[in-house]
Amino acid sequence: MMTTATSPQETHQAGPAGYAPEEPGGDLWALNFGPQHPATHTTLRHVLELDGEVIRSCTVHIGYLHSGFEKLAEHMNFNQYVVVTDRMNYVSPMANNIAWHHACEKLFGIELTPRCKVIRTIIAELARIQDHLLSVGATGLDLGAFTAFMYPFNARETIYDLCEEICGARFTTSYTRVGGLMQDITPRWPGMVKDYCTDELPKALHDLENLLLRNRIFIERTKGVGQISREEAINWGITGPLARSAGVRRDLRKDEPYLCYADNWDGQGAKAVSFKVPIATGGDCLARFQVRMAEMRESIKIIIQLVDNIPSGPVDVLPNDKMALPSKDEVYGSIEGLIHHFEQVMTNRGHTPPVGEVYGANETANGELGFYLVSDGGNMPYRARCRPPSFINYQCFEKLIVGHKISDVVAVLGSLNVIAAELDR
Amino acid sequence: MSAKITPVIELLQKQFSDIDFAPAPLLEMEDQSKEQWCVKVGADKLMAVMSFLRSDERCAFEQLSDLAGVDYLNFPNAKDRYGVTYSLLSLSNEHRLWVKVFVNDPNPEVPSVVSIWHGATWMEREVWDMFGVRFTDHPDLRRILTWEGFEAHPLRKDYPLTGRGERENFKVITRESA
Repeated sequence: MMTTATSPQETHQAGPAGYAPEEPGGDLWALNFGPQHPATHTTLRHVLELDGEVIRSCTVHIGYLHSGFEKLAEHMNFNQYVVVTDRMNYVSPMANNIAWHHACEKLFGIELTPRCKVIRTIIAELARIQDHLLSVGATGLDLGAFTAFMYPFNARETIYDLCEEICGARFTTSYTRVGGLMQDITPRWPGMVKDYCTDELPKALHDLENLLLRNRIFIERTKGVGQISREEAINWGITGPLARSAGVRRDLRKDEPYLCYADNWDGQGAKAVSFKVPIATGGDCLARFQVRMAEMRESIKIIIQLVDNIPSGPVDVLPNDKMALPSKDEVYGSIEGLIHHFEQVMTNRGHTPPVGEVYGANETANGELGFYLVSDGGNMPYRARCRPPSFINYQCFEKLIVGHKISDVVAVLGSLNVIAAELDR
Repeated sequence: MSAKITPVIELLQKQFSDIDFAPAPLLEMEDQSKEQWCVKVGADKLMAVMSFLRSDERCAFEQLSDLAGVDYLNFPNAKDRYGVTYSLLSLSNEHRLWVKVFVNDPNPEVPSVVSIWHGATWMEREVWDMFGVRFTDHPDLRRILTWEGFEAHPLRKDYPLTGRGERENFKVITRESA
C-alpha cells in the first residue's frame, strides 16, 4: 500500500508546496487512503503525502460511485425521477424527495395544500434528525467511541419505522409526488411522531452528549481540528451546518422560506414555525458536532409545534388542473379517474410545464440542496442540474486536513458527513 | 426578489455600457416578486463582470452557489450550443443573480472564476468532464467523475443514455496475464 512518492515537485501542486528534498523531513511518503477503507464510510480515495504522521498535502479522487443521475433525469418524467432522488443522499431520502418536488412545483407554479405543507415540513425535519444522528454518531465511531454510535443509531431505527408507516418503505421512500404526496398519513402516525420526539429522541441525545462532550479524548481529537474561517467557508461555497459552525448566518428556512417556514403558509395568515438557527464560531470538528446537536433540538421543537395541529383536507392539489395523480380509489373506481391517470402516466402525455428555467433549493441536513431545472415544455426535464451539498462542501477537504496527523483524517471526514452517492453524482 | 435585484442589474448596465446583458427572468411567474433574474455575458467579458459583481459592495456576491452546464442542442429556438449558468449569492445583501455564458463548438472555452470563488474548482471540473467546456486558467482542470482517458462528455445531448461501448472496451485481465 505504501510507496515512496516521486520528487515532491512532481506531485500535486495544491497544498503547501515547496518542500525541498534536501530539507530535513523532505522524504515524503504517499499513502492511498481508500477507496475501500472502513472509516471512509463509502468509496472515497485520498492520496496523502506524509511526513512521518503529518499530512503535507492531500489529493482527493472521487467518482467511484458515479451513477449519472443527471443524465437519467433527462429520460424520466417529473414523478418518476423521485425514485432516483432517494439514492442521492440515502441517509435522509425524504429530504431529497421534498427538494426535488419543491423545484418541480416552482416550475409548474403549484401552491400546495396546507395539509401537505405540514406533513412535508414534519418529514423534512425528521430527515434532518435522521441525517444528523448518523453524522454525530459516526464522528464518535471513527474516533473509537463505538458505544456512542449505538445510541443515535438505535434512535434512527424509529425514524425508519415512521417512514414505513406512511409510505411502506423504510429506506427508499419516494414519498412525494408533483402537487402532493404518494398517499395520506395514517391516523396513528402523528401520535407515533410525538412519542418519538418527546420521549425516545431527547433521551438518546442526552445520552450521546453525556458520553461524548464530557469525554476528554473526544474533545481533544475534535477541538481545533479541520478548522475553517467564516470568509473561507463562504468563498468555498460551503452551506449548512458546516458553514454555520464557522459563523455564517445562513439558513434557507429563514432566508428564503418555503413550506411551513414561511409566514402565511395556509393562506389564512398562519405564522411561520418558530425555531432558532444554531451558530458556532469555532469552525472545527467540535463546533460542527455541537451545531448538529443543537439543530436536532430545534427540529424537535418544530415537529412538536406542528404535529398536534395537522390541518384536515386533501393532501394533493385539486385534480381538475391535472397536476397531481388521482388516488387509487378513483383510478380503479371511476372512468374519469382512469382517464386522468392515463393522461398523467403515458409517455406521450403527462405534465406540460412552461418553457423556462427555475432554481429551487431546500435546506437539507448537509446544506443547500438545489435543483436547477431547464424545461423545453416537454413532460421530462430538458436538464435537471442537482446542486449537491456534499460535492461542494467536500472540495475544501484537501485544505482542511493539511498539517494534521493521519488519524485526524477520519475525524474531519466524519464531521463533513460526506455521502458518496450524492458526491459522485 | 426582483425588487432587490433590479438595482444590481441597473448598476451592471451603467458600469458596462458596451455589453448587452439582456436581463430576463429565468421563468416568468405570476408573482413577479419571486422571479429569478438572469443576465447574459460573453465569455470575453466574463472576468471583468464577475470581478465587479464580487467586489462592488452594492452587489457583493460572496458565494458562487452553483455552476450548471446545459447543452442546448435540441432546445427549441436555441442559437448557441452550450450554456454555463453561474448562480451567484450575496449573503450580506440577501439576493441572487444568475449569469449565463454561451459558447459553441469547435472550441468551447470560458475563463475560469476559481481566482474569485475557490468553490468553483470542482464545479468547473465537473462541467469540463460532463460537457467538454474548457475553463482557461483553471489551476487543475482534470476530469472529476469519469476517469482520465475517457473520451466522451456524457451529459451532452448527442451522447446516448446507454453509453457508447465503454463497457465493452474494458480490458479483461485474466489470471494468467495479471
